[in-house]
Amino acid sequence: MEDKTLYTISIFTENHVGLLNQLSIIFTRRCLNIESCSASRCSLDGVHKITLTCYSDRRSLEKAIDQIEKRIDVIKAYLYTDDEVVYQEVALYKVSTTKLLEENNLEEIMRRHSARILDITANYTILEKTGHSDETEALFLELKRYDLSQFVRSGRVAITKSPVELVDAYLKEQEERRHRLTHDMI
Amino acid sequence: MSETITGSEAIVRGLIHEGVDRVFGYPGGAIIPLYDTLYDYTDQITHVLTRHEQGAIHAAQGYARASHRTGVVIVTSGPGATNIITGLSDAMIDSTPLVIIIGQVVSGLLGSDAFQETDVVGITQPISKWNLQIRRSEDIPAAIARAFYIANTGRPGPVVLDIAKDAQMGTLKWDRYHRCNFIRSYIPYPEVSDTELHIAASLINSSDRPMIISGQGVMIAGAEKELAMLAEKADIPVASTLMGLSTMPSDHPLYKGMVGMHGNIGPNYNTNRADLIIAVGMRFDDRVTGELSKYAPQAKILHIDIDKSEFDKNVKSYARVHGDAREVLHRLYGLVREAKHTDWLRSFDIINDVERRRVIDPELNGTDPDARCHMGEVARKVSIAAGIDPILVTDVGLNQMLSSRYFRYTAPRSIITTGGLGTMGFGLPAAIGAKMGAPNRTVCVFVGDGGIQMTMQELGTIMQYGVNVKIIVLNNDFLGNVRQWQLLFYDKRFSQTPMVNPDFVMIARAYGIEAEDVERRADLDGAIERMMATDGPYMLNVMVSDQDMVFPMTPGGCAVDHIMITPNEVYTPDMNEP
Repeated sequence: MEDKTLYTISIFTENHVGLLNQLSIIFTRRCLNIESCSASRCSLDGVHKITLTCYSDRRSLEKAIDQIEKRIDVIKAYLYTDDEVVYQEVALYKVSTTKLLEENNLEEIMRRHSARILDITANYTILEKTGHSDETEALFLELKRYDLSQFVRSGRVAITKSPVELVDAYLKEQEERRHRLTHDMI
Repeated sequence: MSETITGSEAIVRGLIHEGVDRVFGYPGGAIIPLYDTLYDYTDQITHVLTRHEQGAIHAAQGYARASHRTGVVIVTSGPGATNIITGLSDAMIDSTPLVIIIGQVVSGLLGSDAFQETDVVGITQPISKWNLQIRRSEDIPAAIARAFYIANTGRPGPVVLDIAKDAQMGTLKWDRYHRCNFIRSYIPYPEVSDTELHIAASLINSSDRPMIISGQGVMIAGAEKELAMLAEKADIPVASTLMGLSTMPSDHPLYKGMVGMHGNIGPNYNTNRADLIIAVGMRFDDRVTGELSKYAPQAKILHIDIDKSEFDKNVKSYARVHGDAREVLHRLYGLVREAKHTDWLRSFDIINDVERRRVIDPELNGTDPDARCHMGEVARKVSIAAGIDPILVTDVGLNQMLSSRYFRYTAPRSIITTGGLGTMGFGLPAAIGAKMGAPNRTVCVFVGDGGIQMTMQELGTIMQYGVNVKIIVLNNDFLGNVRQWQLLFYDKRFSQTPMVNPDFVMIARAYGIEAEDVERRADLDGAIERMMATDGPYMLNVMVSDQDMVFPMTPGGCAVDHIMITPNEVYTPDMNEP
């Protein structure tokens, strides 16, 4: 393991039961720890996108990607470094309202972190911040002073900077292949 | 016009549409509806009842590999499912096309720890090419079609269908069967790139010491003829992996032997002398490469495979051609130039001659009539006595290594062995399936005294169906391969390898199978003759010396050209005769 880098893995799949398990066992078997995970629909109809992050070296993850793409229900999988994608995470923080109101610089903190308030009660306040993990982490450290009782951060979501939409192109090719196959049969 | 039929009826119709006329299985609670339907189709589908589910899946593997067809297994939920796991893993790693239909508890009970419920999809995901749980009858026809398409296209593999009992019993509208030929996320036969082909051809044309390593992919693609044509045109020596044995006949002048831990000295030694290794349909298993960092240091690796994930997985390739071996070899034939590599070819023969003198001749030419036979000697004699194009089936261990080394291969698809997983107990049931898949060929199964006892109950299957298999037990009252390692590397501490064995001949006879003991060399020829003359199953229990080992041997962790030819000697070129 030469260069332990945080990589982003984007996986486009059919939306079937058990798919996440098919993917996660590929990491388990190679002792690769998944740092974060998010799954949702994507811009393509019926295509599901799973975004994982993982600290490893490129060679190990390229092999994992090959194994992922080999799964029948996986459409495509890609490996990215941070400079190839635009990415975000969202974090939520629950802190004591009383403690928070004692703070003179509350406005300054909120501005500096571009955080916003989602909910306030007499007991607690819930803050939200979107950003990279070092940014959400920074706010976490700052809010520790105010009886922070809960903190949660989502998996990374990422969109490529590349001008080419590879999955669209692939699916178009496959549509043509399907067309040829049906045509050949007739 | 559509009609209403049950889910299990749809399963059976699907099987028939896929050309299935034989299945291997074992009934149980959650699969009774399907068995009830099969009862109406005995004229179209022969069901082979094994004595254990593991036997059913190994038999289906043997059947698939002997016949080129998809093997079908039917078992029940829970223990029925878990009993096929070993064979499933074996089929996955050895790329064997299977469709395994497993009963599951009724869908309403899923996840409730119901009687005989197990998480089949979860358990089988890492060891199946594809799997699916079916809870609704109407999903059955498409799932069957998809299963067969996936199992036996591209790089083949096992597919698991986990079918809830209520889906088997419920009804659906059936109009006609639609075979699957397209899945958008699956490209079984990639288009072969001209660029890759041209690079490959120029590598071959410019090499002085090229060597082909032929794997099972050649057999799966049916590319044996194309392999020989290419090798002959460019005058390239061919070695095979264990799984690739018989892709070239043993007596072909360009065939230089098997690579790997117990392969032949010529191809193993010359792997590290070659300037180009053309790897076709093989995956650089650690038993082939030895220590990776010392593998083929002078060679560019040209890797030809249908499975993209094999490229650079173990050995970094210099160039690759992604595609079906038959198409790639055929097109390369047109691009390579005629060449002569006389000295290079001769170097294999010179090295192999050392093996012949030091290892093979002593193994084959024992003279003491009262001594026990050598294992290689038995394998060679059986293969010669077995008629035209016999099939070798092996178990695991010394029986596997010595029979595969000394059997003579005359036709493609002549070896069925458990390569990747190394499953003891594979041989006997696999032989049953092999004979059913290739009824006109003599099937000889070599098995040790340890391995046969792992699936010995399948003698009952042989009895019930009168399966004409020739069973050769190489019996040394030891787990011989482990013993060899203990002798060589563990200070002769034979921990749990000696075995007290039953009278195998009496056991065979209890199943109505003719059998005899071969205690001494003088009795071997007559026994083989009687076995081959018998029109039916036959067992030879051949007593072999517990001192016998398999050589040559590249010990684990050593370079592929570090080859022991005896416990105390490593091959060096000064052993060559001029």
